Amino acid sequence: MKYVFIIAGVMIVVLTIAAGLIYVERRLLALFQDRRGPNRVGPFGVFQVVADMIKIFFKEDWVPPFADKAVFIMAPGILITSIFLTFAVIPFTDKFLVLDSNIGLLFFLGNSSLGVYSVVLGGWASNNKYSLLGAIRASAQMLTYEVFMGLSLVGVVMMADSFSLREIVEVQKNGWFVFPQFLGFMTFFIAGIAETHRAPFDIPEADGELVAGYHSEYSGMKFGMFFVGEYMGVTMISALITTLFFGGWLGPAFLPPAFWFFFKTGIFICLFILIRASLPRPRYDQLMEAGWKVLLPLVLLNILATGAILLLKHTT
Amino acid sequence: MNGDQSPLTEIKARFGESIILAVQTTADETLTLWTGNNHIKELLIFLKCELIQPYQMLFDLTAIDERRRLKRPGQPYSDFTIVYHLTSFGRNEDIRIKVPLIGEYPETGTITDIWPSANWYEREVFDLFGIKFAGHPCLRRILLPKSWNGHPLRKEYPARATEAGPFVLDEQMREIADHDLKFDPAEWGLETHTEETDFMFLNLGPQHPGTHGLLRLILQLDGEDIVDIVPDIGFHHRGAEKMGERQSWHSYIPYTDRIDYLGGVMNNLPYLLSVEKLAGIVVPDRANYIRIMMSEFFRIASHLVWFGTYAQDLGQMSPVFFAFNDREKILDIVGAVTGGRMHPSWFRIGGVAHDLPDGWKKMAQDFVNFFPKRIREYEKVTINNRIFKERTVGIGVYTANEAIEWGITGPGLRSTGVSWDYRKQRPYSGFENFEFDIPVGKNGDCYDRSLVRMEEMRQSLRIIQQCIDHMPEGSYKSLHPLTTPPLKERTMKDIETLITHFLGVTWGPVIPSGEAMVPVEASKGCNAYYMISDGGTSSYRSRIRTPSFPHIQMIPMISKGYTIPDLMSILGATDFVLADLDR
Repeated sequence: MKYVFIIAGVMIVVLTIAAGLIYVERRLLALFQDRRGPNRVGPFGVFQVVADMIKIFFKEDWVPPFADKAVFIMAPGILITSIFLTFAVIPFTDKFLVLDSNIGLLFFLGNSSLGVYSVVLGGWASNNKYSLLGAIRASAQMLTYEVFMGLSLVGVVMMADSFSLREIVEVQKNGWFVFPQFLGFMTFFIAGIAETHRAPFDIPEADGELVAGYHSEYSGMKFGMFFVGEYMGVTMISALITTLFFGGWLGPAFLPPAFWFFFKTGIFICLFILIRASLPRPRYDQLMEAGWKVLLPLVLLNILATGAILLLKHTT
Repeated sequence: MNGDQSPLTEIKARFGESIILAVQTTADETLTLWTGNNHIKELLIFLKCELIQPYQMLFDLTAIDERRRLKRPGQPYSDFTIVYHLTSFGRNEDIRIKVPLIGEYPETGTITDIWPSANWYEREVFDLFGIKFAGHPCLRRILLPKSWNGHPLRKEYPARATEAGPFVLDEQMREIADHDLKFDPAEWGLETHTEETDFMFLNLGPQHPGTHGLLRLILQLDGEDIVDIVPDIGFHHRGAEKMGERQSWHSYIPYTDRIDYLGGVMNNLPYLLSVEKLAGIVVPDRANYIRIMMSEFFRIASHLVWFGTYAQDLGQMSPVFFAFNDREKILDIVGAVTGGRMHPSWFRIGGVAHDLPDGWKKMAQDFVNFFPKRIREYEKVTINNRIFKERTVGIGVYTANEAIEWGITGPGLRSTGVSWDYRKQRPYSGFENFEFDIPVGKNGDCYDRSLVRMEEMRQSLRIIQQCIDHMPEGSYKSLHPLTTPPLKERTMKDIETLITHFLGVTWGPVIPSGEAMVPVEASKGCNAYYMISDGGTSSYRSRIRTPSFPHIQMIPMISKGYTIPDLMSILGATDFVLADLDR
C-alpha cells in the first residue's frame, strides 16, 4: 500500500512539474526576449496551462488516414512510459523514492535508449517525408550521444562504487561529484540536452527546416504527450544532474531535504530554458562530429584519469 | 578600338550600319537600340563577350505589347517588342536592345545559352505575353498556373475583374488545378534514381516556415543531400504590372509599396523617379532629403526583419523578438511622419505627401543614438556566435562572376567583393551629397552576406544622421503642374487653378509619352520600374524589375550538394520577399 502512495506521489509530482514547466518556460523565455508571455488566464497567467490542457483534451483525436495506425498511437506512449519509469529510480529524498535499485543508473540509461523508439516509430508511422527525416535524424543523433552519455557517468560510478542512485547521493556527503567529475558533468549535460531534443539540439524537429519533424502529423492529446514528454525529459535530466553531480537532496539542515532536491533541479531546468533562448542550432552532421570527435575522447580521458587517481589512492 | 568609345560606334564598326534599325531616345538617356530578330543573338554575344568593358549583366528582359501604342516616333513597326536590358559595371552604363516582332503570337530565339538567367525572364514573357522562345530548355508558364487561359499582359486581356466576367471554379477546373500541382520529375528532366540510390522528392512549401512566404521548392534528395531543386513560383502573383496599366499615375503609388512589403516607401522611389523623369519634374532638395531619410529608415527596418528571421532559420529563437522590437521603434517614427506603418504610400509625384511633423528631429535622433549599441549586441549574440559561423561560413558560395551572370544585385553582389551600390554609382535623389561607405564582403558566402547587411545598417544610420543635421529648408513638393495632388494653397484661386486641381485629382496627371527607368538600391538589391507612357493618364506598360526574381532563380545553382539545413541558411541569407518575386 505504501508503494502505491509513493508511486502515485511521484507521478503527480512529475506531471505537475512538467505542466508547470510549460508556464515557467513561456514566462522565462518572454523575460529573455523582451516580451510579456502568457499573463491573462488567472493571476500572472498561471492558469494558462490549465486552459491549454482543457483545450488539448477536447481536441479531435485524429489519425491521418495514410499513417500506420497502431504504431502511430503507440509512439507517444512509449516516450511517456520510458520517462516515467526512469523517475522510479530517482531519489527525491532518502525516503521518498519508488525503487532503490542497485542497478538504478543502468535502468535510467536503458530507458533513455527506449525513448528514442518513440521518436523513430512516430516519425516512421506518420508516413510523411518530413517526419521520416526527423526520425532518421533522431536515430543518428541518438547513436552519437548515447555512447558518451553512458560513458560520462562511468566516473561517477567508479567514485561512488555503486549504481544505486541513493548510494551515489550518500557518498556525496563528503563533497559533490561536480568538482572531481566536472568533465563528466559537462558531457552529461550536453548529452542530456540532446536526449530531450531541446534547442539547440532540437534537430529531429527543427521547425525551420522540417516543419515539426517527427511529430508533424500529430495533433490533440497525442501531440500533447510528445509535448509534455519533452518537459518531463527536461525534469528528468535536471533531476539526474542534481542526483549524480550536485548531491541530490543533501543541503543545510535548516530546510527539508526535498526542498534542496527541487531547488537544485529547478536551477538546471532554468538553465535548459536559458540555453534554448540563446543558441542557434548546429547542423546534425556537425553535432555528430562534435560527439564522436570531441566529446567521446574527452569522456574516455575522464574515465582514464578517474581510474588512475582512484587506483593511486587505493595503493597508497 | 578602345573602351571609351560609345558602344554604338563599336557595333557599327563590327556589324555595319544595317544591323541597327533605329536608335531611340528615351527620357532616362539610356542608349536604346533596335535590331532585327535575326541579329539579336550575335549582337548580345558581342556586347557580353567581345566588347572591351562589356555589358556583363542581363539586368532585365521583358516585352511590350505595342499594338495599341500611338506615340512611337522613329521606332520600327512592331506588334510585340522584346526588351533586353544590359548593364556594364566597367562603363557604369546600361544599354537597352529592342527587337520588334510581328504577328499575334510571335516567336523569337532564346538567349539562355548566352545568359542562364534569361531562363526565367523568357518564361515570364511567354507566360504573360504568349511570345515563344525557340530553343528554350523549359518553356512553360512560370507565374500563372499551367491551366490558365490567356496571357494577361496582352492588351486585349482585361485588367479589371468586371471586364473579365464572373469567375467560377467548378469541380472539373479544380481537378485540373489540383492535377497541375502534382510534381512529375520526368517533366523537369530529373532522374528518380541512379544505380546506387533512389532519390526522394521533398515538396518544400508553398507553406513552410523556412521559405518566408509562398515559395514552393521541390527538392531532389539523396538522403539529406540536395541533388537538385525545382522552384515553383507565382503563388504571390497579383498582376502588379497589369494594374499599372489601369491605375492613374498617382493612384498606382500604393501598389508599389506592396511589391517588396518590407521596403515600404523605398518602393515608391524607383517608380516615382521614373515618372518624374518622364514628366521632367525636378524634386526640391528638402523632398529629396526626406525621401532619403525615410528610405534609409526602411532599409534598417528591412534588414532587421532579415536579421531576426535569419537567426530564426538557424534555430536561434530570441533575436527575432529583439529585431522586431527595434523595428517597432522605426515604425513608430514612420507612423509619426507618414501616418502609416508598413505601407505608408507616402511619396508623391514631385515630392512627398506632407512636410515633416514637429519633433521629428528628436525621434530620429533618439533612434540614431540608440541603435548602434543594438547592432553591437546583435553581432555579439548572433553574428559572432560559433554555431552561427559554422552554419554560414562557406555555405552557398558564389563568385563575383557568377553573381553578375545571374543578375544578382544588392548585398548578394557586394558580398562577393564587387563594390557596386546604385546610391554611389548612379546617385539618385541627391545621394551624391552624402558620405557613406559601401561594405563589401570577400567570399560570397552566407556569412559575408550577413556581415554586409549588418554594416549597411550602420551606414544607413550615418545617412540618417546627415539628413538630421543638414535637412534643407524649402518646399516638400515640387511646383511642377504634373505633381499630384496639386499643392492645396495653389488651388482654387481662379477657374484655371480650379480646373487643374479638378483634373489632377479626378483623372490624374497626363505624363508626357516616353520611356524611363531609374534603378534604385533597395534593401534587397536593385529595384527598377521601366515606365512607358503613351501620353495618357495611366502608364502604357509598367515593368517592375525586382531583385528577388533573379536571386531566387539562382538558388538551385548555389544549393546543390548542400543539405536541407544549409538550404535554409542559403534561403535566409538571400533575403527575398515573395511579393517582390512574383509581383
